[in-house]
Amino acid sequence: MEPRDLFETLKGKFGDAVAELQSEGFRPAFVVVAPAGLPEIARFLRDDPEMRFDSLMCLSGVDYKDRFAVAYHLHSLEKKHAIGIKVFLPPENPALPSVDAVWPAANFMERETFDLYGIVFTGSKDLRRILLPEDWVGHPLRKDYKYPDFYHGIKV
Amino acid sequence: MSPDPAHGGAAPSPAPAAPFGPEAHVMVGNADMFINWARKSSLWYLLFATACCGIELMQTGASRYDLDRFGAVFRATPRQSDLMIVAGTITHKMAERVIRLYEQMPEPKYVLSMGSCANTGGPFYKDSYCVVKGVDLLIPVDVYVPGCPPRPEALIDGILTLQKIIEQKRNFAAKKA
Repeated sequence: MEPRDLFETLKGKFGDAVAELQSEGFRPAFVVVAPAGLPEIARFLRDDPEMRFDSLMCLSGVDYKDRFAVAYHLHSLEKKHAIGIKVFLPPENPALPSVDAVWPAANFMERETFDLYGIVFTGSKDLRRILLPEDWVGHPLRKDYKYPDFYHGIKV
Repeated sequence: MSPDPAHGGAAPSPAPAAPFGPEAHVMVGNADMFINWARKSSLWYLLFATACCGIELMQTGASRYDLDRFGAVFRATPRQSDLMIVAGTITHKMAERVIRLYEQMPEPKYVLSMGSCANTGGPFYKDSYCVVKGVDLLIPVDVYVPGCPPRPEALIDGILTLQKIIEQKRNFAAKKA
């Protein structure tokens, strides 16, 4: 299914939860959706016989300084098509619903995004830091992150 | 001893041990030399690798470079190890484990820092929040081996350097008053 058709289908089904299609300069094209509508859209994309996005290839965070984003790269092994889903979030207390009930593989990637960006995935099965130590302060991939001088008495 | 009926005679008595001379297998030397010789010839290193230097460490231990010929074999527990080869990047999360492993090793113990990451932080020296800038910030290091990663020859050179360091140690030197 082409990105334009996919976008029209989603737009017709979910209405205002689907904002725009970013096809210029992106491969695959990105469909921008609202955070609140994400779980229903994700479940539709996985289960609909025309969509069948059974593989969440990548889930990543982005810091645009004035806002955050979470990007999902989806691929269908059955239909051999791919699409990106993007969710924009406010710079203060970014949070969005988790999709680990839809794609179990999302859990580790959500934990990584939480660890490095501080984006909270509500309703997650297990949202803890995954790479950094449990007692680390801050989220290092944020643009405004300040390095600590010492960690446990060792110079950073 | 009773006569052996199968051979029809008494068993021969063993020859008396030679008191001195080449047959007695006696070595004479000073104690430092002997102890250091024993220590440097059985450098059992901890099976411990955190990054790509570990691959070179495995190569060095395997048949082509054969670190075993210098008496260095790997041990899977710090309690049987004399030498810790820090092969790879040490993150702050790993630092506590490195210190704990070092403390679990019995004395005398030696540390060889292998590769740029363990020496100074290497490519992560600048602008890294998670990498320790040299393992000598955590534990005392005896030998540094440069390289990214070092060739097996370089690691063997580091082991030989450590053996020279061990040879020069004086275990029975008079304590300073």
